[in-house]
Amino acid sequence: MTDSAESEKAPGSLTLTPELAAYLAEQVRLQVEEELRKRGLESPRPKRVALIASKGTLDMAYPPLILATTAAAMDMEAAIFFTLYGIDIIKKRTCSDLKVPSLANPAMPVPVPNIVGVLPGMTWMASWMMKDWMKKGGVPTIPDLLDMARENGVRLIACQMSLDVLGIKKEELIDGLEFAGAGAFLDYAAEADITLFV
Amino acid sequence: MAKFTPHRTLDCRGDACPMPLLKTKKAMNDLASGQILEVLGTDPGSKNDLPSWAKRTGNIYLGEEEEAGGLFHFYLQKK
Repeated sequence: MTDSAESEKAPGSLTLTPELAAYLAEQVRLQVEEELRKRGLESPRPKRVALIASKGTLDMAYPPLILATTAAAMDMEAAIFFTLYGIDIIKKRTCSDLKVPSLANPAMPVPVPNIVGVLPGMTWMASWMMKDWMKKGGVPTIPDLLDMARENGVRLIACQMSLDVLGIKKEELIDGLEFAGAGAFLDYAAEADITLFV
Repeated sequence: MAKFTPHRTLDCRGDACPMPLLKTKKAMNDLASGQILEVLGTDPGSKNDLPSWAKRTGNIYLGEEEEAGGLFHFYLQKK
């Protein structure tokens, strides 16, 4: 549909509709890309994101999973290396039941003195509150994000050393994982464009 | 009146980051080159996220319209 008020008269009798402007911009971009390719200036390799998830709390589980699933949607390669307490994010028993610490957490929405944070039930309450906001806010759950990550080709890598020292068996973990150590992660991360430690 | 005639409309109302982007990616996979996707959303972050997504994936971000009450119409064209 043409909105004549918004359109400009291009040279000649051509009407520059938004669709035509977008089409022309795209053609220019393709031409530039083609020229760059001819000159060998463009790398065909997709951008790569390498993330480390080292914490097993609900608030620290979200950033790596949101970034990795988004990276996959942006045609990037992504992998998350789960290490130490981060393993809890990929454990069948704990992935849907991660907690928010109520102690030493000055960012609690309802300010709670630390002395109250030690009381029984406070961790449960803080965790319930965060899950409730996430649900109301339209943010997916951790198990949902894990599913989306695997569906979209995000590599989920469990740190073999962490499993050994924490005494965790592979059967306790969700399906679709890879198992590797620091060497394999660094090999992947050495070619990465974005690397973050969470 | 919408500036663009979409071939498909995707409902992301109530969804927050990262869902509008993940759903957009999925919906765009089903469109043919040149077709236009309309994304309905209430997440103001999408105003920045969807153009960035389009730039990275080579698709075209045509623009957005905002209705009173915070409802956005985003228009994207498949490359």
